[in-house]
Amino acid sequence: MTAAGAAGAGLPVRARGRSKRRSLAQKLGFAALGACMAANVFFLGAILFFIASRGLGAINWAFLTQVPRDSMTAGGVAPAIVGTLYLTLGAVLFALPLGVACAVYLTEYSPKGWSAALLRVGVNNLAGVPSVVFGLFGLTVFVKYFGFGVSIVSGSLTLGILALPVIISASQEALTAVPQSVREASLALGATQWETIRRVVLPAALPGILTGVILSVGRVAGETAPILFTAAAFYVRGFPQSPMSEVMALPYHIYALMTEGTHPEIQTRIAYGCSLLLLALVLSVSLIAILIRQRQRKACHAA
Amino acid sequence: MKNRKERSIKYAFAALAFSSLVFLAGIVLVLFMEGLPVFRTVGPWAFLTGRRWYPTSVPPEFGVLPLLLGSLWVTAGALLICVPLGVGSALYLHELAGPRQRAVLKPALEILASVPSIVYGFFGMVILAPFLQNVFSLPIGLCSLTASVILGVMASPTVASIAEDALSYVPRSFREASLAVGADRWQTLTRVIMPAAGSGISTAVILGMSRAIGETMTVLMVAGGSAMIPHSFFDPVRPMTAAIAAEMGEAAVGSPHYHALFAIALLLFLVTFLFNIAAELISRRYRVKLGLSR
Repeated sequence: MTAAGAAGAGLPVRARGRSKRRSLAQKLGFAALGACMAANVFFLGAILFFIASRGLGAINWAFLTQVPRDSMTAGGVAPAIVGTLYLTLGAVLFALPLGVACAVYLTEYSPKGWSAALLRVGVNNLAGVPSVVFGLFGLTVFVKYFGFGVSIVSGSLTLGILALPVIISASQEALTAVPQSVREASLALGATQWETIRRVVLPAALPGILTGVILSVGRVAGETAPILFTAAAFYVRGFPQSPMSEVMALPYHIYALMTEGTHPEIQTRIAYGCSLLLLALVLSVSLIAILIRQRQRKACHAA
Repeated sequence: MKNRKERSIKYAFAALAFSSLVFLAGIVLVLFMEGLPVFRTVGPWAFLTGRRWYPTSVPPEFGVLPLLLGSLWVTAGALLICVPLGVGSALYLHELAGPRQRAVLKPALEILASVPSIVYGFFGMVILAPFLQNVFSLPIGLCSLTASVILGVMASPTVASIAEDALSYVPRSFREASLAVGADRWQTLTRVIMPAAGSGISTAVILGMSRAIGETMTVLMVAGGSAMIPHSFFDPVRPMTAAIAAEMGEAAVGSPHYHALFAIALLLFLVTFLFNIAAELISRRYRVKLGLSR
């Protein structure tokens, strides 16, 4: 803007008029861009505000620690919280070794060539599969074919596959950020490739891999569609007894409260509480990931 | 000896790595195996173009056109929101935000992206739907407009972050050259930087679209759920994902209805697959064009 203004000062009147119009266009354009950004921030603020202000009233110690009573109108949602934790833990335990192995293979063993290209396309497409399709896959393979039934195991495996691309891409980023010279130094000292990976590269990439894990926890904990037919139930008596039992889960519980049952008003109140819990869980987890990553990037730039 | 150990470790990693491909292949296989049997009941053409989706009436009718159009309709509406919001935010971050603003705004967008879809759905149901119903004096608030708004907001951080990456790949020299010949910042942005990042931005839009069309819980909760061909944004719709999620529980295993839902999932998978491949191809060409090797 200043550049155009300065240029306009020395020009004939007609050209100066044009540059004024230009700077008007620029002002309007920039204002529009600001409005787009503001709209996003506004929506984030609105969601946080409404869920927090109405959800806080529903949350108390009993809500967090008790089982539901009187057909979901009283008591707490503790089994749903526990269920979500089990499902998320199971999914990460399943996806972590596979995801890290895939990333190691892609960056350390075979960064080029047809197999890596094929893998990359596969992983990208796996990331784009709609979540409800994962649910159908889990239903057919884990629930029916392997006979795990509607259970924590089936749900965790289904969610794990969904988390796989997240863990792979974060781990890949972490591994490629390890300088080549570090690998070469290790190899030059006589270490084999596996020793280099295990003792040098993986420890260096650990914080980045951790970020990926945390991000995937945030993603998995909030997913509903994949557990609709593989793990979730609206009401289960007490806490889950074994990995083969059906569970209540926070996200599914919100859905069920809003679509089933006979006391819409009380249920909506409970759903607000559950939404706030879920939101707090997911957002604090992703905030941690964002902070770790920012710190790391800064460290990288400093080095 | 040592060599053999090293080689077997490499193969072990390869085997683990290819498990993700196995899952993708498994998904495709399952969709085909469970989806195709529906064509014993209804022809492929009748399935795709049938205007009546009455899976539980006697005899049942499996025309997915209303569901397909429902998905496309809601997604089109979402695009009207997420393209300006997403691309606008990316341009703002790229051109106007200083380092301090960026340090706040980028995490804010990431947080907006990580809000679970069920929470968006719940928000849409209890806050946005009654609000829109009031503003437009609609008979019901749960309609494709509400779904589009929510999906648009959900997809816009995705669009913004990919578009911003694309903008940051445009070499500085482009910008300097444009400013040097007397263009102002707005002209530089709209006529030089945006066209140069054009295919990256279209990748962003395609991926945002892919996310919107595959989104399940929000549309299940706020789109209204009626399986009719939409005529306006105020009509309630039943997108494909919502139909699968809502009806799978009540469809008897192995019944035509069950297979029809898998066939819908197959259709959905193919649509998103095409989007993803298109995005991949465009972004690859774009990198070549700008001389980026990544």
